[in-house]
Amino acid sequence: MEGIGLLSLAIWVPILAGLLILITGGDKNADGQRTLALLGSILGFAVTLPLWTGFDAGTAAMQFEELAHWVPMFKINYHLGVDGISMPFILLNSFITILVVLAGWEVVKERVGQYMAAFLIQSGILNGVFAALDGLLFYVLFEAMLIPLYLIIGMWGGPNRVYAALKFFLYTLLGSLLMLVSLLYLYFQSGGSFEILVWHKVPLAMTTQILLFIAFFFGFAVKVPMWPVHTWLPDAHVEAPTGGSVILAAITLKVGAYGFLRFALPIAPDASHELAGAMIALSLVAVVYIGLVALAQVDMKKLIAYSSIAHMGFVTLGFFIFNPLGMEGGLIQMISHGFVAAAMFLCVGVMYDRVHSRQIADYGGVANRMPMFAAFFMLFSMANVGLPATSGFVGEFMVILGAVKVNFWWAFLAASTLIIGASYTLWMYKRVVFGAVANPQVEAMQDINGREFIVLALLAISVLGIGLYPLPLTEVMHTSVDNLLAHVSHSKLVP
Amino acid sequence: MDMKTLYLIVPLAPLAGAIIAGLFGKQIGRVGAHTVAILGVAIAFLASLAVFQDVQAGNTFNGTLYTWLTSGDLTLEIGFLIDPLSAVMMLVVTFVSLMVHIYTVGYMADDPGYQRFFSYISLFTFSMLMLVMSNNFLQLFFGWEAVGLMSYLLIGFWFTRETAIYANLKAFLVNRVGDFGFLLGIGMVLAYFGSLDYQQVFQMAPHLANHEISLIEGHPWPLMAVICILLFIGAMGKSAQFPLHVWLPDSMEGPTPISALIHAATMVTAGIFMVARMSPLYELSDIALSFVMVIGAITALFMGFLGMIQNDIKRVVAYSTLSQLGYMTVALGASAYSVAIFHLTTHAFFKALLFLAAGSVIIGMHHDQDIRNMGGLKKYMPITWITFLIGSLSLIGTPFLSGFYSKDSIIEAVKFSDLPGSGFAYFAVLACVFVTAFYSFRLYFLVFHGKERFPNAHAGHDQEAGKNGDTHGHHHGGHSCPRETPWVVTVPLILLAIPSLAIGYFAIEPMLFGDWFGQAIQVAARHVALQELRNDFHGATTMALHSLSSSPFLLAAAGVGVSWFFYMKRPDIPAAIQKRFSLIYLILDKKYGFDIFNDWFFAGGARMLGGRLWRWGDVTVIDGWMVNGSVRLVGKIAGIVRQLQSGYIYHYAFAMIIGVLLMATLFARA
Repeated sequence: MEGIGLLSLAIWVPILAGLLILITGGDKNADGQRTLALLGSILGFAVTLPLWTGFDAGTAAMQFEELAHWVPMFKINYHLGVDGISMPFILLNSFITILVVLAGWEVVKERVGQYMAAFLIQSGILNGVFAALDGLLFYVLFEAMLIPLYLIIGMWGGPNRVYAALKFFLYTLLGSLLMLVSLLYLYFQSGGSFEILVWHKVPLAMTTQILLFIAFFFGFAVKVPMWPVHTWLPDAHVEAPTGGSVILAAITLKVGAYGFLRFALPIAPDASHELAGAMIALSLVAVVYIGLVALAQVDMKKLIAYSSIAHMGFVTLGFFIFNPLGMEGGLIQMISHGFVAAAMFLCVGVMYDRVHSRQIADYGGVANRMPMFAAFFMLFSMANVGLPATSGFVGEFMVILGAVKVNFWWAFLAASTLIIGASYTLWMYKRVVFGAVANPQVEAMQDINGREFIVLALLAISVLGIGLYPLPLTEVMHTSVDNLLAHVSHSKLVP
Repeated sequence: MDMKTLYLIVPLAPLAGAIIAGLFGKQIGRVGAHTVAILGVAIAFLASLAVFQDVQAGNTFNGTLYTWLTSGDLTLEIGFLIDPLSAVMMLVVTFVSLMVHIYTVGYMADDPGYQRFFSYISLFTFSMLMLVMSNNFLQLFFGWEAVGLMSYLLIGFWFTRETAIYANLKAFLVNRVGDFGFLLGIGMVLAYFGSLDYQQVFQMAPHLANHEISLIEGHPWPLMAVICILLFIGAMGKSAQFPLHVWLPDSMEGPTPISALIHAATMVTAGIFMVARMSPLYELSDIALSFVMVIGAITALFMGFLGMIQNDIKRVVAYSTLSQLGYMTVALGASAYSVAIFHLTTHAFFKALLFLAAGSVIIGMHHDQDIRNMGGLKKYMPITWITFLIGSLSLIGTPFLSGFYSKDSIIEAVKFSDLPGSGFAYFAVLACVFVTAFYSFRLYFLVFHGKERFPNAHAGHDQEAGKNGDTHGHHHGGHSCPRETPWVVTVPLILLAIPSLAIGYFAIEPMLFGDWFGQAIQVAARHVALQELRNDFHGATTMALHSLSSSPFLLAAAGVGVSWFFYMKRPDIPAAIQKRFSLIYLILDKKYGFDIFNDWFFAGGARMLGGRLWRWGDVTVIDGWMVNGSVRLVGKIAGIVRQLQSGYIYHYAFAMIIGVLLMATLFARA
C-alpha cells in the first residue's frame, strides 16, 4: 500500500473495477459482471472509510494529500487532498454507488457490464472531482464526469433522451468555457500555478473578481442547478434510468454547490459579498417558485426533480448568508439531499419497474398491494418534507435559523417550504399510495423483494441516523467551515 | 434506580412498544402487539406517577441527554426539563394513552391494521412525551412535528377512504402553516437570545423586554410581541385556534380512539402547554397576550355555535373540543396559565371519556354515527349512558364536577383581566356556557333518551354509515338492537369517569392557589387575574355552593333546559327555527365558509400559480425562448457539418476528453 494514497484508491479502485467489467465481455457474463460490480463498489466504499476514521477534525489544512507531477511543463499536478468540506462527499458518493449497483441488479437486462462499468467509472471520477486540488485536474474531471452520465442517459434512457442530452450539453458548454478561461487567467495571475490553494491567496481587483465570479457562476450554477439555468434537470431526470437519476440528484448536483465553496467564494471573496444579494434572491426563487412549479407536475420524476432544485436552493442560500449555521446547514442539506433524493428516485424506480409509468394518474392505492414499500416511501417523503428526526430537517432548520439572524424576510420566504414542500410531496403520496386500488396494473403490483428492501433500508438508516444525531457530521466540518468563513470575510482586493 | 433513568423510561417504554409492534407485528400477532404496546404505556404511566410524586416532593431536573449538533458557538441539545408543569402533562398523557390503548383492543378488534394501529398510538405517546419533557425549543419542535406526523398517519389510518386521506392531508398542511410561524419564532429566539435552551432564554428575556425591531423599515415593533405571536401561530395550528381550526373537525375521519387521545386529550393541547411553558416570554408582552385572548375567545364562541347543528356524534364532540380549547387559550391570554393547564387536565379526562363513550355508542349502533338515527340508548347501554352523562355534566360545568372548577376559574380570571379585548373575551366565554350546555345535552337527549329511532332507520342508513362511519369492513347483519360493549371498552370509560367527577375538587386548591407550579409558570405582578381569584377563593366546596347563584350556572341550566324542551318536548321547534333562520343555518352548516374559501383560494390558487409559473416561466420563456432558441441556432450551423458526424454528443465529448488527456500526457513525456 506504500506509495498509493487513500484518495488515489478512492478514485482508481472503482475505475479499475469498471474497466475490468468492460473487458469481461457481453451479456453472457452478466451475472459475473453484476457480482464484480458489487464487489468493486463495496471495495470502493471500504477504501474511503479510513478517510473518515483517520480524519483530523482539528485542522482546516488539506489532509491525505498526494502530489505528483502530471504535466510539469505547465506545472499541472496530480494533486489530491480533502478537508472537512469535501471529505464527506467522497464517502457519500462511494456509498451511493453501492446502492446504484444494487438498484440496477436485475432491472437492467441489456448491456449489463457497460451499465455497471459506467457507474463505477463515474464514481471514481466524482471522487476525483471532490479530491482535486489542482485547478486543471479539477476541470478535466469536472468535464469527464459528464461522459458516463451521457452514456447512461443515452443508452438506457427514455425516448426523448437526445433532446435531454442536447439541452444539458448546451447549458454546460457555456459555463465550462467561461470557467476554463478563468482558470487560465488565474494561472497567469498567480505567476504560473494551477494550485487551487494558491489561487485562494491571489489578490484581485473588484472588477476582476466579479468577472471571475460570474464565470464560476455559469460553470457551477448550471450543475446545482439554480434558477433560471435549471430546466435541463427535469428533462434529464425523466429520460434517465433510475440509477442515472440517483447519481445525478445525489452526487452530480453537489459538485456545483461544492464548486462555489472551493472556487467562487475563496477566490473572489469580495465579489461574493458584493453579489450575495443576487445569489440569495436566486436561491429564494428556487425555493418558492420551483416549489410551486413542483405542485403542478403530473410526472413523479419531474416532481422530484423540481423538488431537488428547491432543496438545493437552501444550499446556496446557506452559503451566501456567510454564517456558520448557514454554511454547515447548506453542507448538511447537500448530504441529506444525497440520501433523500436518491431514495425518492429509487422509490419511483421501484414502482416504474412494476407498472412502467411515471405518471401520478396511473397509480392509486399502492399501499394496498405494497405495504412495506409504502412505509419506506412514507419515511422518505417525510424526509423530503423536512420532518424532524430525518436528515431533511437538519439542513433546512439550520439554514432557516441562520437566515433569521441576517434577514427575517429571507427566512420567511425560505420557511415557506414547510408548507409548499409538504404540499407537493404529500399530495403526490396521497394520489399514488393512498386510496383504493386504482387499476389492474396496481392490483398486480408485488411488494418489494429482498434486494430492494436492502437498498431502501440502508437509505432509511442513513436518513434517520443523520436526523437523530447529526453531530459527528458537523464536527468534521467545523474547522474547515470556520476557516473558509474567516477567509471570505477578509478582503483581498489589490491594494 | 436514579431519577434520570426513570425519566428516560417514560418516553422509551412506549417507543419500544411501538417499534416491536410495528416492525414485528406479523411475528408476534395481535395479542403480542397489544400486549407490548399496553405494557409499554403502562410502564410509562407508572414511571410518570413516580416522577410526579418526586416532583411534588420538590425535586426538579433540567439536564442534557446528548448533544444533537454544534455549529459555530451554538450547541443544540436533546434534554429533559422535569418540573411540575411537565410532570402533570406526563401524567395526563400516559394515563389517557393507557386508557385508549386498552379501549383499542375492543374498538379495533376486527381491523386488519391492528398491529399497525398499536404501533402508531405508542409512537404518538412517545412523541408527545418528548414534547412535554423537553428543555429546549429544538426538541419541542421535534415533538411538535412528530405528533403532527402521527396525527397525519392516524387520521388517514383507513387509507382507502377518500374522505380520510383528504382529511389527513388537510390536517398536515394546516398544521404546517402554524409550524411556519412557529419555526420563525424559534429562529427569532435564537437570533436575539443566542440559545434555544429554555432556561437561558427565560433568564435573558427580561433584558430584552423593551427591545424593538424593525421588520419593515420605519415600523419598530416590540421584539417580545413578534416572538410570542410567531410562536403562538404554531399553537394556533396545533391547538386548532381560529382561523387554523379547519382541520380538527375533519380529523374525525380517523378511528375514534385517536380522536379521544390525539384530537381531544393530548396533541391538540400541545399549543396550550407550549404557551404555558413560555410564560416568562408571554408575560413580557401585553400585545401578544391580548392577541392570544381574542383568538381564544373567537374560537370558543364561534366553534361552539357550530356544535349546535351537527348531526354526527363525533363532530359534535369535535366542535366542543374546539370550543374548550378556545377557553384554555383565553385563560392563557388572561395570564392564568395554571388555570389553562388545570382546564387542560380536566378536559383531557372528560373529553377523552366523551369520545370513547361516543365510540362505544358507535359500536353499539353498528357504526352508524348519525344521532338522528339513535335515541333511547339508555336502557341498552347502561354503562355507556351513565359515563357519557358524567362527561357531559362535567363539560357543561356542573358544580362539584371537575369541569366546573376549571371552567369557572377561567371565566372568573377573564373577568379580572384588564387587557384590551378582555371585555369581548368575557362575553364570549360566558355566552359559550349556554351554547356548550345546549349542544351537549342536545346530543345527550338525542342519543340516550326519547324515541328509539334505530330499528327502521338502521336499514336505510346502512349505506351512509359505510361511507362516513367508522366501518371495519364488517357488519353484524340481522340484529339491529344496540348492545352494551365489552369490558375492554367500558372499563376505560369507568376509569375516566372517576377523574372527570372528582379531580377538580381535589386539585383546584393546590394547582391554582398553592405554589404548586413554582418557577415553572411565571406571572408578572401587573397581571392580577390569578391573584384576584386567589383572594376570592374560600375552598372548593364554598366555590361550588356559591356558584349556584352565579350567571354561569344559570346559563348552563338554561342551556340544558332549552335543549330538553327543544328535543324532548317540542321537536318541531328546532325544525321551525331552522326554516325561519335559513341563512344563519346555511352559514353554520357551511362552517362560515372557511373550507370553501381555503379550497378555492389557497389550494386552488397555489395549484394555478404553480401551473402558470411552470407553463409560462419554465416552458415558454426559459426553454422556449432561451434554450430552444439557442438549440435552433446551433442546429442551423451544425446542419452543415452534420453529415460528417455521428450526431451523438457523448461521442464528441468523449473524443475531446481522450484527446486532451493524450495530448497532456504526451507533452509530459516530451
